[in-house]
Amino acid sequence: MKLSISIQTDDFHHNDEYQTLRTDAPSIGAIVTFCGLVREFDDGLGEALFLEHFTGMTETALTRICEQASQQWPIISARIIHRIGSMSLGEQIVFVGINSAHRKAAFHACEFIIDFLKTDAPFWKKAITSDSEYWVEAKASDREAVKTWKK
Amino acid sequence: MLHLRFFASLRDQLKVDNESLEWHSEFKTAGDVRAALIDRGEPWQTAISKRTVLIAVNQEMGRNDSAIVDGDEIAFFPPVTGG
Repeated sequence: MKLSISIQTDDFHHNDEYQTLRTDAPSIGAIVTFCGLVREFDDGLGEALFLEHFTGMTETALTRICEQASQQWPIISARIIHRIGSMSLGEQIVFVGINSAHRKAAFHACEFIIDFLKTDAPFWKKAITSDSEYWVEAKASDREAVKTWKK
Repeated sequence: MLHLRFFASLRDQLKVDNESLEWHSEFKTAGDVRAALIDRGEPWQTAISKRTVLIAVNQEMGRNDSAIVDGDEIAFFPPVTGG
């Protein structure tokens, strides 16, 4: 598996990443990509987000997650981009792109990677409203999502 | 010497993002260091004793019973919320 991980403040271009995933190898028959966006918070108050991470450990954790995916499905390459710093509603936060010979491997691996990224990679979101800031709580539904992969 | 690091809400509560802690021969596990921090009283007691606090030893997810040696980096942080 070819693996490329970027932690960056800059936005990314989905089509550039897609085109790179297209041209990796002649055996590629399927590409699955996931993009996560900054959405309205559940309380409807948030206007922006600040994302912090643990430099070094983040890259190690993401590499491990991709290696685990690669052991289960024949991935040709995996591309992860995760943004840090300040972002507004509607901005892109995260990209996961997988290519493989067949669609099922690409679908499964992409979902596996984003599910585990949410529980195992050291990123933290701070919600910023017009008059306050607070750290976003981890969701039980994210922990449940990774449990289904362990069954 | 141990290198301690604190992230996100935990760092905000403690008002410190890292510190060097002198090594003690009685330190065997990450949990021993955690207990030493809790013994400092507030705000450490409340922040570090929370059941949800995660521990990483040398940038690998660990647990209270993870073995440690002099020179290790031990990080404490809340549950992660990326993606």
